[in-house]
Amino acid sequence: MIQISIPPTLRRFCGNQETVAVAPGTVATAIHELHQRFNGIRERLLDADGNVRGSVLVFVNQEDIRFLQNADTPLREGDEVSLVPAFAGG
Amino acid sequence: MSQNGFMKALKCRECGREYPLTATHVCEFDFGPLEVAYDYDRIRRSLTRDAISRRPQTMWRYRELLPVAGEPTVGTQVGFTPLVKADRLARALGIRELYVKNDAVNYPTLSFKDRVVSVALSRSVELGFKTVACASTGNLANSVAANAAAAGLECFVFIPSDLELGKVVNSLVYGATVIGIRGHYDEVNRLCAEIAGKYNWAFVNVNMRPYYAEGSKSMGFEIQEQLGWHVPEHTVVCMASGSLLTKIHKSYQEFSKMGLSSGSKWKIHGAQATGCNPITQAQKAGLDFFKPQKPNTIAKSLAIGTPADGFYALRVMKETGGHGEDVTDDEIRDGIRLLAETEGIFAETAGGVTVGVAKKLIAQGRIPRDSSAVLCVTGNGLKTLDAVVGHVGETREIRPSLREFEALLAKEKSEAATA
Repeated sequence: MIQISIPPTLRRFCGNQETVAVAPGTVATAIHELHQRFNGIRERLLDADGNVRGSVLVFVNQEDIRFLQNADTPLREGDEVSLVPAFAGG
Repeated sequence: MSQNGFMKALKCRECGREYPLTATHVCEFDFGPLEVAYDYDRIRRSLTRDAISRRPQTMWRYRELLPVAGEPTVGTQVGFTPLVKADRLARALGIRELYVKNDAVNYPTLSFKDRVVSVALSRSVELGFKTVACASTGNLANSVAANAAAAGLECFVFIPSDLELGKVVNSLVYGATVIGIRGHYDEVNRLCAEIAGKYNWAFVNVNMRPYYAEGSKSMGFEIQEQLGWHVPEHTVVCMASGSLLTKIHKSYQEFSKMGLSSGSKWKIHGAQATGCNPITQAQKAGLDFFKPQKPNTIAKSLAIGTPADGFYALRVMKETGGHGEDVTDDEIRDGIRLLAETEGIFAETAGGVTVGVAKKLIAQGRIPRDSSAVLCVTGNGLKTLDAVVGHVGETREIRPSLREFEALLAKEKSEAATA
């Protein structure tokens, strides 16, 4: 399974869990599965065109998916995904 | 004063939803950044030029526009740094009038970060936190460590492990727990976002960011007051996250709207290092969004490849008619030397970026030669000696002999004549 680390802002929409396990696939399929299980998540992560919002950073094994294949980045067994609000730091 | 001082709520910059004034930084609907909303009607009645002029010369003379509920308790001496009329630098750059806002001598840790930390820690104490933390490129870590020590707070600072020695020592000396991360600042930042989600600490630039960022406005308030309550035509600001640039713009808007400053048109220009230029690259390409980068520059304090406020900094430059420009490592060193040799101000690498970019913008005509500009210098050169060692000349060593001294002088004169 793939472990997705859920930021505090989203936890109340995910049964207050710090991490959620999803099936392998891609970042897009992982977000889809999250949405199937926790209503309302997709709107928070994706904009009206279905792209990951600029206000959300998605990391696969500590690498920003914008340096990988964005939402098409593959997720294999054991990979770790972090969702992090973009507006931090500096 | 009400329970929340002059603050009304935290408000999402994207959708406008409001949140209570707690330690939180993003909207749970669209992840937009939260910003402090103020009761400007009440502030207008309290904050006048006369009232400000009678207060102590610190950043807290503008306290109605800074986000604390009561009186500040941490960093009460911070700010009101010199605004230097830089005539010799103006001549060197070929501009009519130039000022340097010199936060290289800010108190207590010699950078503009003392401003944001003073606000963030004062607010953290109000909210009951005992432990404070930050993700930092160095200056912020120094300031959080020092101010936390003075306030008796436990302190964790997270920095890239390859920072300049001066910045590492300047955090360790205050007794803070300094954690070096093997990675870029952006990786430090991501880790801190995850740690902040797990530990109930006041991370000044994560969950306390709406308060923290507002502290930067004080640099802009001071510039206006020191210019005789006037907004400068041109301001050049270095950008890491881009937050300082947006907050200087906000300070001009607030003073202008409240009738405290004259001048309704200003241009704010953003400066980056070419080795980490996501914001200026986007600005020069006419884009509203930036592409993240992996930094490679001597300006480590600006080495943020995924700048949190990059989008908003681009918007400010566009709205004010400002420009973005960037400079190479050699141009950064040249900028440091030029500022030092003309004005006697030793800035860190970020200051070299600001001077180098100002030089380019003036040469390009984007800052007209017959105009007036303010350069924001944000940190002290003593902390980034590593970047300039070997590039600023060498000591002439002689024995304690008058004959040797005079021989040296003669040799140097003759070399200068043939050069």
